Amino acid sequence: MTTTADLRNPPPMQDYQGQAKDGVEHFHGNQLLYVGWEDHLLFCAPFAFPFPPAMRFGDVVSHVLPGAFGYHPDFANIDWQQAQWFKSGQTFQPDFDKSLADNGLGHKDVIRFRTPGLTGIRGSCS
Amino acid sequence: MDMKTSGRKLGLKEKYAHMTRGLGWETTYQPMDKVFPYDKMEGIKIHDWEKWEDPFRLTMDAYWKYQSEKERKLYAIIDAFAQNNGHLNVTDARYINALKLFITGVSPLEYMAHRGFAHTGRQLRGVGPRVACQMQAIDEIRHVQTQIHTISNYNKFYNGMHDFRHMHDRVWYLSVPKSFFDDAISAGPFEFMVAIGFSFEYVLTNLLFVPFMSGAAFNGDMGTVTFGFSAQSDEARHMTLGLEVIKFLLEQDPDNLPIVQKWIDKWTWRGVRMLTLVAMMMDYMLPKRVMSWREAWDIYFEQNAGALFKDLARYGITMPKCVETAIKEKDHISHQAWATFYQYGAAAAFHTWMPTPEEMDWLSSKYPDSFDRYYRPRFEYWREQEAAGNRFYNKTLPMLCQTCQIPMLFTEPDDPTKIAYRETTYKGEKYHFCSDHCQHIFEDESEKYMQSWLPVHQIYQGNCFPEGVDPTAPDFDPLAAVLQWYHIQFGADNLSFEGSEDQKNFEQWRGMATQNV
Repeated sequence: MTTTADLRNPPPMQDYQGQAKDGVEHFHGNQLLYVGWEDHLLFCAPFAFPFPPAMRFGDVVSHVLPGAFGYHPDFANIDWQQAQWFKSGQTFQPDFDKSLADNGLGHKDVIRFRTPGLTGIRGSCS
Repeated sequence: MDMKTSGRKLGLKEKYAHMTRGLGWETTYQPMDKVFPYDKMEGIKIHDWEKWEDPFRLTMDAYWKYQSEKERKLYAIIDAFAQNNGHLNVTDARYINALKLFITGVSPLEYMAHRGFAHTGRQLRGVGPRVACQMQAIDEIRHVQTQIHTISNYNKFYNGMHDFRHMHDRVWYLSVPKSFFDDAISAGPFEFMVAIGFSFEYVLTNLLFVPFMSGAAFNGDMGTVTFGFSAQSDEARHMTLGLEVIKFLLEQDPDNLPIVQKWIDKWTWRGVRMLTLVAMMMDYMLPKRVMSWREAWDIYFEQNAGALFKDLARYGITMPKCVETAIKEKDHISHQAWATFYQYGAAAAFHTWMPTPEEMDWLSSKYPDSFDRYYRPRFEYWREQEAAGNRFYNKTLPMLCQTCQIPMLFTEPDDPTKIAYRETTYKGEKYHFCSDHCQHIFEDESEKYMQSWLPVHQIYQGNCFPEGVDPTAPDFDPLAAVLQWYHIQFGADNLSFEGSEDQKNFEQWRGMATQNV
């Protein structure tokens, strides 16, 4: 609680301390993973998902991504063997049989995938 | 009282001096630093508060008289509007969605501006700026009241406006304007003055308030035009106050320059990001367009603000660096934002639609370098799909920028086919941003922005459901629960304009007003 005395003697602003709102402990055992599909801006922004760290990476691809990205006509044509993955913009080789945690994916990591040959509606990256 | 009276009336100048400077005093029971604890904490140095110039020299009695005259005129027109079904004179019912965005997104900011200026006025030990803040605080509460009263005449007939204040604190896209103002009001008093008085009122008002008012004029909305006019003379005063703050701070001490420059850089970018909503409104939500967002930006920012910053160069102030990015984005942000609202149209408190073929041609002509290449294919695809009964409603929550709280929809300044991703790690946790500038703002005040109330994360934390629901129940529908918590009525407030209650009612009522049925 801030008291009246504190308000009358504010500490220097550089000493101000906040409390992070989105620590992993607030997500009921899940961690956040952000996923974007390159060259497919029909989806206006990358998606945010809460997943258990023990979830298999392959289950994200086969059980979650169809619901999120399946509206796009390119989605059915994805060859997952050819997909290129990036984590924080760097090349990343996920092991589909391992968990998110074992793939080195932590809370609030961002991954993207590129699907060579698929470039959106009429090649517009939409 | 032992004050001598001369028996003659005071001149305006004397009256102003007595009614402002004459009301201040040096405290003796408590040291001044304890009475005004905040005006030194930001590092701003003021040597002589008397140097504050009030260009209007307005006293409270004169202020009261002017404002009451304006009120009488405004309310006469609002009454006439109500009695004559003025709402049926708008171009078409799509226009009303711009008002929904205004009442939920902008009017609550007027109220926060009232609170901000009341608080700031209290915290400044100089009497001149204190009186100026007091008047602006009263202006702002008048603005929110007149807006609510005007727009209530639409709320009687159309959906989406019934709980604007409740929505402002909760709905995902309204966290963008809300957090903008909360950011300003939780800063120190001088930063607040620079943020709102200068960056917002002076630099950006022609791109925020004016487009809504001219949009109203072009689309037959007499009520909104009238509250716009009623606010205009106040706005002129606010702009002058905003500029006076900058000049006063910079003339007081050379050490103030880097602090003020940092605030101008920050708040110009914060403002530019929020204007994305206005850009979209101008290009997509007005059936009769005033001008394109890009044209408004060219005139009001690149030309007018360019001249302003040239004028400020003598104080050492330079054009914020973020402007280079904003110029590169001007061909894109309105389209990217409308694409976002269209696909998340199930979670918005207004209706969305795809532009007609004629409207797309208008967009092509206004955006020859971007629309046909990047956006037309997407929008035509959505039109076709909607006609085929496969209207796109995105049901997966988007990633948000930690600073501006907008979904990560902005593309790289030099490549409109790539989303711009930026990230940093602070105290072991990752934070993500839509741009270099939002990242820099975070890095400069990480302890503040690590507290951002990001709607998507809050939903996943379980904080956005009505009280008493059980999220573990087998039939629990989280998105429906979130809409209930927002007070968005499914099927009435949200979804496509095509087929909406608003569309049907407007057509029927206008038909009754113009034809023999």
